[in-house]
Amino acid sequence: MSTTEETGAEPEEAIVEPDPDAVAITINGRSVTARRGDLVIAAAERAGDYIPRFCYHPRMSSVGMCRQCLVEIDTGRGPMLQPSCMVTVTEGMVVDTESETSKRAQEGILELLLANHPLDCPVCDKGGECPLQDQAFSHGPGESRYVEEKRHYEKPIPISDLVFLDRERCILCDRCTRFADEVAGDALIHFVDRGNATQVNTFPDEPFSSYFSGNTVQICPVGALTAKPYRFKARPWDLEQVDSTCTSCSVGCRISVHSSRDRILRFQGVDDDAVNWGWLCDRGRFNFESVHSDRRLADPLIRTAEGLATTDWSSALSLTAQLVRSALADGGPESIAILGGARGTNEDALAWSMLADALGVERRDARLGDGVGLDLLDLPRATIAEAAAASTIVLLAPDLKEELPVLHLRLRDAVLRSGAKIIEFTQTGSGLTRHAWRSIRHLPGVGAQTVAEALAEEAVAAQLASGPVVVVAGRANLAESAAALSERVAAVLSAAPDARVLSVMRRGNTAGALAAGLSGSAGAAQILRDAADGRIDLLVLLGSDPLADFPDSRLARTALARVGRIVSLDGHLSASSEQADIVLPVAVMGEKSGTTTNLEGRVTPVAQKVTVHGTARPDWMIALDLADRLDVELEVSDLGDLTSMIELSDDGRWTRPFGATAPTFESVVGTNYDFRLVLSRRLYDAAVSTAASPSLASLPGGRGLSVHPSDLERIGVSSGDDVKVIGSRGSVVLPVCVDDRVNRGTVWAPFNQPAGERSEGDVRDVVDVDASVTDVRIERLS
Amino acid sequence: MSRFNAENLSLAREIIGRYPRPKSALIPLLHLAQEQEGWISEEAMREIAELVGVTPAEVRGTGTFYEMFHFEPIGRYLLNICGTMSCALMGAGDLLHAAEEELGVRAGGTTPDGLITLHRAECQAACTEAPCLQVNYRYRFRVTPDGVRELISELRAGSLADEIPPHGTLATVRQHIPADRAVGAVDPDEDTSPPSWVPVSVEGAR
Repeated sequence: MSTTEETGAEPEEAIVEPDPDAVAITINGRSVTARRGDLVIAAAERAGDYIPRFCYHPRMSSVGMCRQCLVEIDTGRGPMLQPSCMVTVTEGMVVDTESETSKRAQEGILELLLANHPLDCPVCDKGGECPLQDQAFSHGPGESRYVEEKRHYEKPIPISDLVFLDRERCILCDRCTRFADEVAGDALIHFVDRGNATQVNTFPDEPFSSYFSGNTVQICPVGALTAKPYRFKARPWDLEQVDSTCTSCSVGCRISVHSSRDRILRFQGVDDDAVNWGWLCDRGRFNFESVHSDRRLADPLIRTAEGLATTDWSSALSLTAQLVRSALADGGPESIAILGGARGTNEDALAWSMLADALGVERRDARLGDGVGLDLLDLPRATIAEAAAASTIVLLAPDLKEELPVLHLRLRDAVLRSGAKIIEFTQTGSGLTRHAWRSIRHLPGVGAQTVAEALAEEAVAAQLASGPVVVVAGRANLAESAAALSERVAAVLSAAPDARVLSVMRRGNTAGALAAGLSGSAGAAQILRDAADGRIDLLVLLGSDPLADFPDSRLARTALARVGRIVSLDGHLSASSEQADIVLPVAVMGEKSGTTTNLEGRVTPVAQKVTVHGTARPDWMIALDLADRLDVELEVSDLGDLTSMIELSDDGRWTRPFGATAPTFESVVGTNYDFRLVLSRRLYDAAVSTAASPSLASLPGGRGLSVHPSDLERIGVSSGDDVKVIGSRGSVVLPVCVDDRVNRGTVWAPFNQPAGERSEGDVRDVVDVDASVTDVRIERLS
Repeated sequence: MSRFNAENLSLAREIIGRYPRPKSALIPLLHLAQEQEGWISEEAMREIAELVGVTPAEVRGTGTFYEMFHFEPIGRYLLNICGTMSCALMGAGDLLHAAEEELGVRAGGTTPDGLITLHRAECQAACTEAPCLQVNYRYRFRVTPDGVRELISELRAGSLADEIPPHGTLATVRQHIPADRAVGAVDPDEDTSPPSWVPVSVEGAR
């Protein structure tokens, strides 16, 4: 239009190019334009004609299992009943979803599906939101002719720690089994037997211990699958819901938070095309239990001679302000440091960042020595969709199945359905190894050289040149310096200069906290070093727990012991906040509103659904209160002011340039020690949200050391024995287990696992944050 | 106990090698396991899952679909007496009764010595020869109650051992395909050659 105005020329006759993908069909007498490849059931739904269905799910392949979507379809040979989830649209197709024949077919199928269904709706959790119940009303015959005894099975059997299966209610739609096989890749449930005896079941003694098992409960169209945390807790019509974002990791899955009587009762995945496609991992789905845990802090605590004692907010805030004042007076702003902020909202981080700016506090970091370097965040950032659509995905990341499970699902789907090729550089193997086009094992400590050589191979170089490349970068080994990762990413970028980078982080709002400015001249490691040297008078912990989360536990312990004063803002009492002088209880996710930023930089809302526990407050409010007491003007007065400060880029993302230079890294080849340590996270660990959720608390695997079978033989111990792991800093005793996925010459240990009876030692005791890699010797205990 | 013995394990590997995808060997390996033990144990299903790279649940799910795979211990001889229409009209009930009486077990049971399992079977596709039965899937036609008793005593005496191999044995002759004579299966995803019928079909259309 603007061109026309500028030139003054007559607008040209608009030539409407016929859309090559448009398919004209008739649905219930109306002309509808569908897209080539559309299934009839989807095209009809978009046109406003709902066809009943149970097995059809838009995110999974169609199987035509339940037959409920039978409609009359005429492709020129006269109308015929066909399952509309199995037929794609063709030009001139005539569909009648409401003809007498279609209706009779649908009623007949429903009568058959109900032949064995127990109709125990009054005691079924699904009642009220049950597709079978709803469609029996909307599309069913109303009466059944079956008088025979129904099929009987043992009432709900646990098929995993989290999911129960009631086979009597099951209508064998294949949704859960298809999800397990197709989407999650954990085909641990399957149809067993045949004919009338067909049932869904696991292999004996092999539970459905998938990280994604909760999704089957959500997609079950009947009440056959129920999740332990929600069973018998509420009826759907008593639930209130609000859309929010999961902050358990940095993927930022969209969720719907359901509550009743001011308690959060469940999270359901919301289908967001850009992010999670409706899926959630079990950790994200079920760790809402920690919101209502007994371990929540209700009132501020201050340290007295007898330990931490409850106090009121006014005294706690005055005392905090006093600590800030005296630190400023004694040592200046350099003597104050802020650690954390990645577990809160963008607004929390902004408020604290502004307070720090106003006070001149430069020492701040939202990461805890386990994050990616800021230099990586300056690289052109990819979205999840770009990663999934890339022709080559280079993985320089931790096992995504363990750390960012839903990103794992998206990339797995990209390989299996879009033909993306994964080139993986890994130190232990990962959940995506079996789907990788190239999986390159390397020792911790190798630099750019190995990556460059692998990418220079002819076939690999051709693959990189064949289309868009996305690098997924993250800390695969917390016992290796972050500089090694930067170095390896740089090597990929020199082989594929147009590649975009998706940096993965574990904690939910790391990207937002960094964009808000919770990253200063000194990183977490430097802050803790300074603290250990006695140069920090006041350490503010924004929901962070360095004693549990910092990879070098000795440094963290020394730092917290030597630091002048500690103020901790936390929802639960953690190892670090137990050492604090003041603990300010904060509202956790579900109790506060605001926004969060995922690893792509995408900003999505988080919503308050329940009232805060006790007198807890959101972090941002505490920052504003403190500013008030310190006579600092922040020029914001409420949440809205803070939210409006988030400046989104043209593509709707919140980032800022950090101007960080990539650190240099020298490959570490030789060693006097026997093994190189790989330290990485598992989905379930000692994180407070897992530990304080009763349904998840028993799931972490515990501490230990995994060793390759031939190395185990070399050490001369057998699986289950205790060994002494000796590093340059000290030693620790851990039980070993055999694992042939571990590279020879390396040993693998899970990070931040709860201590067990037999495994008191923490492997982080041998990690030195200043070293490039962690080499260890392993000795038998005589 | 019921893992593949050394000979069968190498045979299993050979069978897997015949397919472009290991998973395709699932059913042949279930047959092999059943041949070795007479039935398929959980242990065997676990081993097959490992060999072909699927979960044990998938092995069990696939196997239990088929009536001829047995997942519980079974006698050396499986006596299937047909009970469907033609045989029933021709006196199959008497056969079953005679067998139950002779063996001392009900249909579905196995004799305490583990020799014979008795089943009432659905149609065995020999209606013109009714009533019929099968011993380890080998037919006996137009059987009489006395014939059943005689058959059972022969099985007990072991005099049919040459004619009827133990349950699970598919064939007494094993096919071996030397590597140099194998056709060599090509993964359909990797096969870039055009379909061979295209020119033929074009010719035919003309």
